[in-house]
Amino acid sequence: MTTAVGGVVGERRWYYPALAVPGVAWLLLLFILPFYAIAAVAFGTRDLIFALPIPAWNPLEWQFGTFRDTAAELLASGGLQAQFLRTLTYVIVAVATCLVVGYPVAYYIARYGGRMKVILLTLMIAPFWMSYLMRMLAWVNLLAVKPDDPGLVNRLLMATPFAGDPINWSSGSVSNLTVILGLVYGYIPFFILPLYAALDRIDRSQLEASRDLGASPAWTFWRVTLPLSKQGILAGAVIITLPMFGDYYTPNLMTASPDNTMIGNAIDFALQGGQGQQPKGAALTLLLSAFIGALMIYYLVSVSRAAKEAQR
Amino acid sequence: VTTAEVALERERAIPRLGRLRSFFSNPWGKPRFLSVWTWLYIIWTIAPVVLAVQFSFNDGRSRSTFQGFSTQWYQAIWDEASLNFDDTLLPALTQSLKLALLTMPIATTLGVGLAIGLARWRGRGSGAANFLMLFPLVTPEIVMGASMFLIFSNLYHLRLGTTAQLLGHVTFSLSYVVIVTRGRLFAIGRDYEEAAMDLGASPAGALRRVLLPLLAPAILSSFFIVFAISIDDFVISQFLCAQDCTTIPIKIYSAARNAGNPSLNAIATIMMMLSLLSITVAVLILRWFNRRQSTGRSAVEDFARFEI
Repeated sequence: MTTAVGGVVGERRWYYPALAVPGVAWLLLLFILPFYAIAAVAFGTRDLIFALPIPAWNPLEWQFGTFRDTAAELLASGGLQAQFLRTLTYVIVAVATCLVVGYPVAYYIARYGGRMKVILLTLMIAPFWMSYLMRMLAWVNLLAVKPDDPGLVNRLLMATPFAGDPINWSSGSVSNLTVILGLVYGYIPFFILPLYAALDRIDRSQLEASRDLGASPAWTFWRVTLPLSKQGILAGAVIITLPMFGDYYTPNLMTASPDNTMIGNAIDFALQGGQGQQPKGAALTLLLSAFIGALMIYYLVSVSRAAKEAQR
Repeated sequence: VTTAEVALERERAIPRLGRLRSFFSNPWGKPRFLSVWTWLYIIWTIAPVVLAVQFSFNDGRSRSTFQGFSTQWYQAIWDEASLNFDDTLLPALTQSLKLALLTMPIATTLGVGLAIGLARWRGRGSGAANFLMLFPLVTPEIVMGASMFLIFSNLYHLRLGTTAQLLGHVTFSLSYVVIVTRGRLFAIGRDYEEAAMDLGASPAGALRRVLLPLLAPAILSSFFIVFAISIDDFVISQFLCAQDCTTIPIKIYSAARNAGNPSLNAIATIMMMLSLLSITVAVLILRWFNRRQSTGRSAVEDFARFEI
């Protein structure tokens, strides 16, 4: 009798975990192993005739020539380093802009949304679910300068008293601003959402306590609201920083100028464009992953800690 | 009469014009400035897209000057007799739909299984598995695209195309299904299925007759969320495409700056409507369910709290 009961208990213990097996296998074969493939190609060699990559699946056969050359190219001044530094600048400026533009919005909806809250939230989330490419296309349309038509934004600017000639958004130093505008426009919904969630969670009684104890509204914001929303700011910043570092389509769509390319463009070009550049592209992907890996792990650790607290 | 009531009376007494004047005399007063800022922000995020939709109905070729209403650019997608017929648009729409519709059932089935398995597995390694599960959400798409591109062409010897794209789409949508389902699983708890099993149900019976019906809203809304993220995807689709697998985002990417005419806006509008529609359905399912559960919060608020 005891064995039968033990059997049922055993079945109970393993039945549900077994449901995860197909999904886990899928992720192993199509998420984890492909990561290894990047390393195998980056540390592999190339066919001398067709320049096709020969991946080194065995770690003992790894050769670090291509990887070393690529890393050296990043450290020496030149095209690749310029692309990397440009990426860094774009990301920092774009994240800072998202914070300045987005914080008041998230704060207003969380604190003063009132009856409009659902409408405001819906409008705030809507871009989240519009295709990124569609939203970039919208700006390409608005900024396009044609011989017979300076574009809608230029026409708006020319209607103001202090406008000069129509601006060509895709060249010169303005093009940097155009790409940053694209990045901010594209990623800001992803920044605002976690920030809103953090601000919305703040207990009002804490703000009231601060006011009761004599703090001014500004001091209350500085000493209570801002520290309590720090996690939200960090989560939002990390969640948009990660895809921005791998972005290649925003500069290509907004300006298509070689002066605005990011590190993602170098990877895209090496893997999809140039013949025989696969090992270099793989090496760059590895270097990029290492660079942003710390950010990823930081984010995941803080998310799973928050999830554990929520479970309690 | 308390001071608050007095203040309220005074507020009511200010005529509308006076209130407008006080608004302008003190635009930095806290909520006012914030409210203007928020509405400007919302206009800034929505207006370009609304304009893009408007130009898809333009009578002329321009994408920045409106010359009258017409649906000719929609006809250019499927009507071969149309003057501006572009034979690459309909295949792109079909490819996008095909991928999204195939991804939906596969990703949802695998993801729900994964969520149940991970939530009910308390043994060694479950923490690591739950942690790893989140990685696809934070991995930049270019890294995921590059890794699958490299393994498909160098180890699996899978020709880039629809199959490769489908495998890619399922991989990145899996985690979303797990997140949505897991949230619901925690809310349900383990009591119901254990009660069912104590009353003599087999684990399979408890799953089929207790757990799955309770999970139905999460499963259904994952279904529509997967549709929306699959149809919007660009990077993975592009990395895993060689020939005859152009999706709408790939088409937009290649044509936006050069060969674009309003038919590109038309097809982008169709895609956007499809994904917004499926997200609305997902939210409505959750709301319908929440009303029965009466959590007191709206589904949109729940959705906004849904992080990552």
